[in-house]
Amino acid sequence: MIFGLPVISVTIWLPIIFGVLVLATGNDKNAPLARMLALAGGVLGFLVTLPLYTGFDITTSDMQFEEMHSWINRFNIHYHLGVDGISMLFILLNSLFTLIVVLAGWKVIEKRVAQYMAAFLIMSGIVNGVFAALDSVLFYVFWEAMLIPMFIIIGVWGGPNRVYAAMKFFLYTLLGSLLMLVALIYLYNLSGGSFEILDFHDLVIPMQAQILIFIAFFFAFAVKVPMFPVHTWLPDAHVEAPTGGSVVLAAIMLKVGAYGFLRFSLPITPDASHKLAGVMIALSLIAIVYIGLVALKQSDMKKLVAYSSISHMGFVTLGIFIFNTYGVEGALLQMLSHGFVAGALFLCIGVLYDRVHSREISAYGGVANRMPVFAAFFMLFAMANSGLPGTSAFVGEFMVIMGAVKVNFWYAFAAASTLVFGAAYTLWMYKRVIFGAVANHHVAELADITPREKLIFAVLAIFVLGMGVYPLPFGEILHVSVNDLLLHVAHSKLTN
Amino acid sequence: MNLMVELMPAGAEIFLLVMVCVILIVDLLLAESNKIYTYSLAMLTLLGCALITVGTHTQGVVYTFHNMFVDDLMSDVLKLFTYIAVGAMLVYSRQYLTVRGLFTGEFMVLALFALLGMNVMISANNFVTLYLGLELLSLSLYAMVALQRDSAVATEAAMKYFILGALASGLLLYGMSMLYGATGSLELGVISAAITHGVPNNALLVFGLVFIVSGLAFKLGVVPFHMWVPDVYHGAPTAMTMMIGSAPKLAAFAFTARILVEGLQPLMKDWSGMLIILAIASMALGNLSAIAQTNLKRMFAYSTISHMGFLLLGFIGGGVEGYGSAMFYAVVYVLMTLGGFGMIMLLSRAGFEADTLNDFKGLNQRSPWLAFMMLLLMFSMAGVPPTVGFYAKFSVLNAVVQTGHTWLAVLAVMFSLIGAFYYLRIVKLMYFDVPQSHEPINLAPDTGLLISINGLGVLALGMMPGMLMYTCAESVKQSLLLH
Repeated sequence: MIFGLPVISVTIWLPIIFGVLVLATGNDKNAPLARMLALAGGVLGFLVTLPLYTGFDITTSDMQFEEMHSWINRFNIHYHLGVDGISMLFILLNSLFTLIVVLAGWKVIEKRVAQYMAAFLIMSGIVNGVFAALDSVLFYVFWEAMLIPMFIIIGVWGGPNRVYAAMKFFLYTLLGSLLMLVALIYLYNLSGGSFEILDFHDLVIPMQAQILIFIAFFFAFAVKVPMFPVHTWLPDAHVEAPTGGSVVLAAIMLKVGAYGFLRFSLPITPDASHKLAGVMIALSLIAIVYIGLVALKQSDMKKLVAYSSISHMGFVTLGIFIFNTYGVEGALLQMLSHGFVAGALFLCIGVLYDRVHSREISAYGGVANRMPVFAAFFMLFAMANSGLPGTSAFVGEFMVIMGAVKVNFWYAFAAASTLVFGAAYTLWMYKRVIFGAVANHHVAELADITPREKLIFAVLAIFVLGMGVYPLPFGEILHVSVNDLLLHVAHSKLTN
Repeated sequence: MNLMVELMPAGAEIFLLVMVCVILIVDLLLAESNKIYTYSLAMLTLLGCALITVGTHTQGVVYTFHNMFVDDLMSDVLKLFTYIAVGAMLVYSRQYLTVRGLFTGEFMVLALFALLGMNVMISANNFVTLYLGLELLSLSLYAMVALQRDSAVATEAAMKYFILGALASGLLLYGMSMLYGATGSLELGVISAAITHGVPNNALLVFGLVFIVSGLAFKLGVVPFHMWVPDVYHGAPTAMTMMIGSAPKLAAFAFTARILVEGLQPLMKDWSGMLIILAIASMALGNLSAIAQTNLKRMFAYSTISHMGFLLLGFIGGGVEGYGSAMFYAVVYVLMTLGGFGMIMLLSRAGFEADTLNDFKGLNQRSPWLAFMMLLLMFSMAGVPPTVGFYAKFSVLNAVVQTGHTWLAVLAVMFSLIGAFYYLRIVKLMYFDVPQSHEPINLAPDTGLLISINGLGVLALGMMPGMLMYTCAESVKQSLLLH
């Protein structure tokens, strides 16, 4: 409870209310006010999520901080919220990144400031709703509603090809979502009138239906992850989105897909998941290896990090579909870590872009000479992106590879190749951008990062290093919930 | 006393008829510049009708005029929504019509006559009453479209509407006569009972059904009887298009429900097969053609076709779930359509129609609030939560899945995906593009308020759709299936 209000509802509605307030400040004459309000919303929005962490009971896999009110009686739909070890950390991650995005857009966004800030705040609340919803219709509502602010963010503040990217992003994700909707309605009728996700977990479903449901969920979640071959919207969306949009896409949006697999696909259709695990693993490995190679070839920094994200998310789906504790926990840690690292890298690129207005690697060179502090931070995040031990990325990747070895050596072998490719594309980009002689007069005029930017990077650096050195506080939250999930998955749903 | 009991259930209609006649006479005495009094009288009439409808509401189903006319919960709820729709239409179009010299007594009288026709249709329990209501509605609408006498497009639209409408009425009448021949009655309940007991000539029955369904399909505007929709929507002045596109859809829902469910429920196997084909064809053609349109009114016309196809899916679902969801869909559709056409009228000025897609470019820079309202309406039409359009689609899909037609639900959502594209394009134009003109938008306080209520209503109903859903399901349960 926060001031007598239930915690999760506050984490959802507080940012949305602030978003509406920011929107109400109107046009750009009031931009400073809009910024201050947005900052207040971001800070408060993050602070109110802290009780979730401090009050969390790591010994149970039950839903915690539950709230349940009837919402649409006719279909027995409830406003049912709650978190477990799988979802809780993502709410914190999301709220932290909302704050970071507000700070990152402080100076850079000059046109329609109020709408920009409001879009992020509203989206933050909606995303928290996605992670906390325990009623599938409520989940769906948040899930879809998330698209609207993101669509606007990409389309209004994005790069030259933003309209195409925004449309592609929206329609791709809507396709998956609509199929999921049919699956949810089917499950509702099968369960005899309940939309509760936890009730779905106990349903007996025949194999053929399980496979169809799995495929419907697959479309919804795989598009968001994104998995090969439905990943093609991501590079477009990332490249065209403003920095804040890219950060939220990478740090948060991609996570909801993987979260969906864990919350829906695995426990509801375990038999289909097992049956189709081979396909999922193959797709994951293709993403890791092939997309890793694609990343190597990019000349656009944002595109490179976007492809690297797809490759890293391949680790997540691989970890999920090898069905052991190492794999799933590794996947979840990888999701968190990728949030920090990819978010940080997009911010780094944003810093350069704001100053030079180019994302091309060839437009840079010798940045270290002009921006030493920035170069140091960028170095850290680049290292983390290539999975260096001691950084957060190493923990998740290592665990997934360990889990994969238990299943099949060659899975692990293919997955581990990312340590080579990841290092190759990230560090090669880093070298070309940062080292060498000052390439041109744009670079020569660069000024180092401001205290505001330093603060943002320092916070992220602390998380990246902290999680890399001492991952236990994160791991112990996941542990019980993940084990419970795996028990569920091991249990066939074909008969009772 | 007995007469009063007979008349009570039709109280609202009688009041409406009297008031229309009064308005007609009063209007004759008013100068051109004082039409605002006619307008106020029309609004008061709507208010009076609403009060009478609520006041005369009784539990259960009441028949009157020798079972020609029925008063039940469904008719009362639908009538209230038609009052709201016609009232909103009048408010939205006041300024639009004034600058075009169409703000005349005839317009308001015709609108109210059309309303009377709708209400008769909604409360009909006999083929004759149904037909009477339908013709009153249709003739008023034909005349309304033709009201702009100096416009060639409008006249052409009126001609097309009239000729094709008359043809459809003929089809309907022919089908009714066949059913009369097969069952020996024009009363819906009796027809239903006769079919259940078995009729000697089944071929005649099914033949009649085909004509009836064709006639209905025409009035709803579903493929392949949709030809009139785009031309009429496009050609008619926007106020008239709004009139055609909004409230009559509620009447069309009631009409379909009365005939197919109350009268021909025993033939459900036959008609649901036909409806499946109509629904799929409408969703496919409507959504695909809408993409190619550059005129917003034409785009809305095709989108209407697809929406009506979606609505028919509810009838295929059957039962309280199915019919209830179809009714919910109809109500929600009318709310969204009012907003959509309302926006076109708000943006238009003297000599400028604001009905092409380009006119919406950069609306967010000209008026963020109006753009936001339109954004809500468009996402609602596309069926994206948290707007109410999502729940309309959701409940229909639920009914379809419940009957085991999961494939049909998948098909329907795929067409919705295509549909999402052209709604999204409007949002794109408003938010991502630069405006073509910087002409200030002069928003009258009443229309400004109404569009805000309309847009936020779509959002609020999306947050709390339970009440309306319940009302629709309950109306259908109490009215259609008890007998």
